[in-house]
Amino acid sequence: MTAALADPMAARDHARAMAGTVVEAMPLLPPVADDLPDGVSAEDLLWEETIAAGGYATRRLARGSRLRLIDLAGDACASLLIFNAEMPTERLNVADTVKIQWNAYLGAGKLLLSDLGRVLMSILEDGAGTHDAFCGTSNAATNQAKYGEGRNSGSFPNGRDRLLLGSAKHGLQRRDVHPCVNLFKGTRIEADGTITPLVGPYEAGRTMVLRAEMDVIVVIANCPHVLDPRNEWTVTPLRVSAWRGAVTPPDDAVRTATPEGLRAFLNVEDYFRR
Amino acid sequence: MTVDAQISGLSGTIVHDEVVPARAPWLRHVAAGQTLRIVDLEGNQAVDFLLYSAADDSERYSMQDTVAAQRNLFLRAGTVLRSNEGRAMMTIVATAVDYHDTIGGACSCESNTLRYGHHTKSQHACVENFLEANLSEGRGKRDIVPNINFFMNVPVEADGALGIVDGISAAGLTVDLRAEMDVIVVVSNCPQINNPCNAFNPTPVRMIVAA
Repeated sequence: MTAALADPMAARDHARAMAGTVVEAMPLLPPVADDLPDGVSAEDLLWEETIAAGGYATRRLARGSRLRLIDLAGDACASLLIFNAEMPTERLNVADTVKIQWNAYLGAGKLLLSDLGRVLMSILEDGAGTHDAFCGTSNAATNQAKYGEGRNSGSFPNGRDRLLLGSAKHGLQRRDVHPCVNLFKGTRIEADGTITPLVGPYEAGRTMVLRAEMDVIVVIANCPHVLDPRNEWTVTPLRVSAWRGAVTPPDDAVRTATPEGLRAFLNVEDYFRR
Repeated sequence: MTVDAQISGLSGTIVHDEVVPARAPWLRHVAAGQTLRIVDLEGNQAVDFLLYSAADDSERYSMQDTVAAQRNLFLRAGTVLRSNEGRAMMTIVATAVDYHDTIGGACSCESNTLRYGHHTKSQHACVENFLEANLSEGRGKRDIVPNINFFMNVPVEADGALGIVDGISAAGLTVDLRAEMDVIVVVSNCPQINNPCNAFNPTPVRMIVAA
């Protein structure tokens, strides 16, 4: 016990003295950013947060919102879950995402599809090119084996348990945490099925912009890729920003790029016909 | 009495032997140590397959944990089917087909509208089977995760192009799975008729459990 904080008012003053502390990984409230794209009003900024190495964040985003992810120092790994915010039993389905688009790799113009034939989010800009829809994220067992530790309460948290906590903030449980996609850390699939991890580190500042095509809940964990070959638990902070944006118009190039994708948008538009 | 070649090589006592009709669901509890043999009776019949831990069904098959642990997308002899906790659920102890798929997922009425058009929405699909079987034990949509497709062929090309192509299985070929924990096996004998996963003709499969 600290004698100087033995009464509630002293404890209050001690707590209040922390106000204004700035650290690298934190949300900014209200959100401010000096690097919004041309045409985006500061008033439309919704979310500005830097996720710590090993941290996670989650937010509900309205249809049309843009989500920007920046790999600040070149070693972030954004493991992403997406749910339909008004009916979270509908969620990202990685198998449908690769199967329906006839391709294993994520990038600009690709859609992140739900298990009900709709597009949850689309990838508008991709300054990275190294992503992964196959390996998922680490769990307590893999981190224990690799780093000797993997608990949320320890120094080397695992991605799956971060996604569990983020999902739980919306009332979701273990059975809701399905396979995720990894952004910024990638894999390449060889002809015999071998999975080659592509983990960099990469140049600082690689940026992606996604668009919410439905009202969504995103859960993002920032932990080392499960196949990161480095012995040390290595990950760097991830910056997220979000701003209001227009719902995808009929002539949008991403919407109309493929017949399968167009039907995913038609299904979304049908869902919102109410 | 004729010799049943489809049970040859199975050790122990056969405790269950059933033909799953074309297009139908199937659910069975398999105890640790038991072996499940799936027989592709007529050839190139995709068997969509999920696993749950009998002790706690929120622990279930995870395609991502499975492929990451073995650093390979294809399921072959020796592949350990892992849970979302990274634990061994079953092991492929023998397979007459070189490899099986776990990236193609299950067909659904909804995904069929994307892949083929809205005229296919009313066709029966694997997710309908997974739902029907799981609902019988209190599980629901939240419990349906990306699955295994035994006897299905999904190559990935150098540029990432992938798709369900002609199968590499044949009539009478088998895959044997040893349970490493008490598991609930949920199967959809795939009813898809719009791609080559069932050679455009869904057929029965045989499920044999040996203890």
